[in-house]
Amino acid sequence: MAERSFAKEVQQLRIGEGEEFRGEGILAVTKALLECGVGYVGGYQGAPISHLMDVLADAQDILGELGVHFEASASEATAAATLAASVHYPIRGAVTFKSTVGTNVASDALANLASGGVTGGALIIVGEDYGEGASIMQERSHAFAMKSQIWLLDPRPNLEMIVKSVREGFELSEVSNTPVMLELRIRSCHMHGRFTAQANQKPKMSLAEALENPKRDLNRIVLPPASFLHEKEKIEQRWPAAVKFIRERKLNEHFGPEVGKVGIVLQGGMYNSVMRALQRLGLADIRGNTDVPLYVLNVTYPLVDEEFLEFARTKDAVLVVEEGQPNHIEQAFGAMLHNAGVDTKLFGKDPFPMAGEYTGAVMLSAIRAFLRDQAGGLLSDKDRAPNEPEAPLVPDLSKAVPPRPPGFCTGCPERPIFAGLKLAQEELGEHHIAADIGCHLFSIMPPFNLGSSTMGYGLGPASASAFNVEAKKRPISVMGDGGFWHNGLNSGITNAVFNKHDGVILIVDNYYSAATGGQDIPSSRAVNRSRSTSHPITDAVRGVGAKWVRHIDRTYDVTKVRDTFREALTTAEKGPKIIVASSECMLNRQRRERPLLAKAIGEGKRSVKPRFGVDEDVCTGDHACMRLSGCPSLSVKRLDDPLRDDPVAAIDESCVACGNCGEVADAAVLCPSFYRADVIHNPGWWDRFVGRRRAGFRNWLQRRRDARRLAFGFKAA
Amino acid sequence: MPDATQKDQIIKLAVLAVGGQGGGVITDWIVDVAESNGWYAQSTSVPGVAQRTGATIYYVEMVPEGDGTPVLALMPAPGDVDIVLASELMEAGRAIQRGLVTPDRTTLISSTDRTLAVMEKVEPGSGIGDPEPILEAARIASKRFLGAGLDRLAARNGSIISASLFGALAGAGVLPFPRESFEKTVGAGGGKRAEASLRAFHAGFEAVQQASAEGAQGFGEEPEVPDAPVSDDQLTGPEEDLRAWSGFMERLELDFPSEAKAMLRAGLEKVVDYQDVDYGREYMERLKGLYGFDAANGGATKGYRFTVEAAKYVANAMTYDDVIRVADLKTRASRFQRVETEMGVGGAQVLQVTEFMHPRIEEVCGTMPAGLGRFIMNRPGLSGALDRIVNKGRHVRTDTVRWFLALYFVGGLRRIRRRTLRHQIEVAHLDEWLDLARETMTRDYDLGVEVLRCRRLIKGYSDTHVRGQSKFDRVLSALPDLSGRDDAAAWLHRLIEAALKDEKGEMLDGALKTIKTL
Repeated sequence: MAERSFAKEVQQLRIGEGEEFRGEGILAVTKALLECGVGYVGGYQGAPISHLMDVLADAQDILGELGVHFEASASEATAAATLAASVHYPIRGAVTFKSTVGTNVASDALANLASGGVTGGALIIVGEDYGEGASIMQERSHAFAMKSQIWLLDPRPNLEMIVKSVREGFELSEVSNTPVMLELRIRSCHMHGRFTAQANQKPKMSLAEALENPKRDLNRIVLPPASFLHEKEKIEQRWPAAVKFIRERKLNEHFGPEVGKVGIVLQGGMYNSVMRALQRLGLADIRGNTDVPLYVLNVTYPLVDEEFLEFARTKDAVLVVEEGQPNHIEQAFGAMLHNAGVDTKLFGKDPFPMAGEYTGAVMLSAIRAFLRDQAGGLLSDKDRAPNEPEAPLVPDLSKAVPPRPPGFCTGCPERPIFAGLKLAQEELGEHHIAADIGCHLFSIMPPFNLGSSTMGYGLGPASASAFNVEAKKRPISVMGDGGFWHNGLNSGITNAVFNKHDGVILIVDNYYSAATGGQDIPSSRAVNRSRSTSHPITDAVRGVGAKWVRHIDRTYDVTKVRDTFREALTTAEKGPKIIVASSECMLNRQRRERPLLAKAIGEGKRSVKPRFGVDEDVCTGDHACMRLSGCPSLSVKRLDDPLRDDPVAAIDESCVACGNCGEVADAAVLCPSFYRADVIHNPGWWDRFVGRRRAGFRNWLQRRRDARRLAFGFKAA
Repeated sequence: MPDATQKDQIIKLAVLAVGGQGGGVITDWIVDVAESNGWYAQSTSVPGVAQRTGATIYYVEMVPEGDGTPVLALMPAPGDVDIVLASELMEAGRAIQRGLVTPDRTTLISSTDRTLAVMEKVEPGSGIGDPEPILEAARIASKRFLGAGLDRLAARNGSIISASLFGALAGAGVLPFPRESFEKTVGAGGGKRAEASLRAFHAGFEAVQQASAEGAQGFGEEPEVPDAPVSDDQLTGPEEDLRAWSGFMERLELDFPSEAKAMLRAGLEKVVDYQDVDYGREYMERLKGLYGFDAANGGATKGYRFTVEAAKYVANAMTYDDVIRVADLKTRASRFQRVETEMGVGGAQVLQVTEFMHPRIEEVCGTMPAGLGRFIMNRPGLSGALDRIVNKGRHVRTDTVRWFLALYFVGGLRRIRRRTLRHQIEVAHLDEWLDLARETMTRDYDLGVEVLRCRRLIKGYSDTHVRGQSKFDRVLSALPDLSGRDDAAAWLHRLIEAALKDEKGEMLDGALKTIKTL
């Protein structure tokens, strides 16, 4: 069960010809796939296309009605390999994953797929995680397209164009027997917009029909001598076919006047930002009219030489808007101009910066600089010689505004694991900790400050494998359940067993692929009617030969976590020490349990609602608990007490009573300030009876003591 | 030909939020309101991992419907945003920092409540950011700044910030849509949740209408010493004690300078509350002596700061946190009342309370008569063996008869507190510290005051307490090097601040090294 449900939104996938669709980019993509008669879809979750997987999962009934098969692939490599179904059979297939990291994982299958070529249209929808808010290394998918000769679509970012690209992508793939990559930038995926729908179509050939009438063609298999033929085929047949289709169908677009002193060539994905810059310079309006000739590359690979040269020949200077680096497109254009002997000046990474996202500010200043130098007449006086009005002096806030990096959510079950590890290190000294990709990577930030590297999803243990030597300290490595099933079982555990690795491996099991939005994985414990789940990680690691395996089935037991780490780090036993720490992702758990609790209370059923609190007069304000928590619901507050210098701990209503505060206070012997209050709603007669008796007893003793001393009364905080 | 005037029709709106605050909800609502009023709206966001409690940004552009799809931007650009909504004060600061708030066009609507960032919480001292620079910058940088405690308003109405912030947006009158249409969006779906959202919406709506920039609460400032003593109306107890208390009050009026009265009153209350009126008497005697010393050393010209600080820190030192104190506080009627209030327990519910205790042999021995306690602590074998029995996490239910009685009994050990090992240790430490402060003050008044202030470093329980004690000692170890310097007091103050910056006192060590080179 994913973090976000699209059960309501997916109903829009049923709308017919001519109806208007309104919604998010990823939902539009799904609708377009159905309109194209796709036969199967697969993929692996990861921002920004996680929701595409969630939409597909929530739309299984609709997919079923149309005979479309949906695979929640084990990894991007699995997803890409799925497209093999389109090699021999005229079945359209689509897969999706995060890029470039997912494309890295998929590239083995992608290269094979691209070599042999496809019969049915094969679409790879990559979510380009680049720029502000990106969570991965900053690279381009473009290089993958070039190296394997996969066509790359980068449509203008509005839903109509994205939907059109899906439709044309399949056609392009089929006419050129080449897989096509559709690049969706991070903001397009989550963009709300609209388009006019077409009717959904059933696949022309079903997977069952293909299975029952198997085909083979030796020439499509990547093995010499066919592989040499594939290379020739790519150049002699597939490329020209693609270029012809792109030209004839006018996949790339022209805007603005045909002639002009200067022109701008841009990736389709950059169109709206370029237009906004031109709008701000008074050279374009919001309906798409512009004074500057634009050549928009909705297909960024392959480039069409004739189209570009035609555009460039009549201009003195051309600006290439190409985000990221290396600037493959600009370099290609340079070569085209040189080879054709055209002396049009080419600009790109100057005035644009070589590295970094083309934000609104970057776009405006680069285009303004280009126009000022090459076509000053187009600009107003103000933009030609910008004389910025004196802005009022806004105080520098860089010291005043605290950074707010992402961290563990309220009640996260991973927090106590790292609290326990931090405590173990306080006893045994600092260790080398190899981190991994997933929510658990937040351990590298305050307050835990644990972990020194990440090498890729599921590769945490693998990245500690060099440290398999005799030493006074053992290496520790971390991986999540997501990474474990993605590849870590083999790359991490099997490798460690095989090589007799003597380190400690922590597997964080929160029942989901949590960082990507709570998708189910093989060890998920929730009931899933379309997948086989509840396969314990401990069984898997024992299955590949691990001997020292400890399972902590409630991560909030900080003392046990610390002691287990201590044991793993000090035991005489050789070989990998594997600790599986399991507790359900709190976001998912709360989403399931909170409405049930509210309903039960509303219906008058006996329910216990726990929450933690801090006795503010017991708390001394040393904040030691914060340094083992960082929970959003555990904060500090100032008391109205002149004797107190420092704020004390306080827990707000968002507390989900995970127990970390109390456990940490106990395990680290911090202080007795924390308490858990269990409020029994709709108590039964026995609860009430016992409660009254206890309260009566307490009140009697309290009155007795208060009568013998000065009591200053109850002060509300 | 492009129609340049059209670009002014776009309304550009950015939402800055903390992950988990519902930035996506309010964005969807804005789109819904715009669309239901015949506008074209495009929203984008960068969710991903930032949604996990990090700073997030959502962006909406809207324009009246026209021919074809309007070309709208997917991210806010500095200097080109009409409305900025911030769900938290520091996020408003971040918007200003990013240039999204400009005086020529931007209406900045922000909650003035704080959701503290991790780095503000982990400092051993007070790391809470000062809201004042943000409020000041907000006034300067924006065309209009509307700030209100929107988070608290939402909580008070049983809802979350997105609802009150949406109300504030409607109340600001910056979008050309009627209030009813906003309400329709919030109320869609119905049910209790929608009702709560509507209440919060209305609260936010009203709040910005009367909002002034001064709406922020006093986070980050030192607490004000109350001018007038708290009323004694609520005071109860034995006749004899009440008489003693009024005697204290009279002496407070007669024997002490006006500057120190409020602090003394607070200190006295804490000390009496901690032990008994005799302990209060002891406190008054100590302070009287210190005040006399202060007056004799020119305290009058210094506003008797030595007496004021002594009133504060002697009270804190005398009310050291021991097992008896914790047990006493945990079993009080006022404590149960407070928990019930905080947890919203009414007559219809039953409350159960679980405590998380982890006593060590040190705490147990500290509560024993000094001789016995010392006997055990001086024998590592014995204390180690006993520690193995005692040293355990104990999760106990203080609402039950058994554990309430146990803690009640320990709280009652107050009567023997003066004879305990811990008391002996604390008194010795107190005397030593006060001697040092007095002695220092005769040579350098301000430095003497800072020596008193060092007491702030001692807090916490067990290891944290030991660490505080060590910081206290390390800070004071600089005293010989500083004595005689004009800026000695300023340096000692800086050392205290440094010691409060991190857990282990690494910053303090750096500062101490610097002092060695002076």
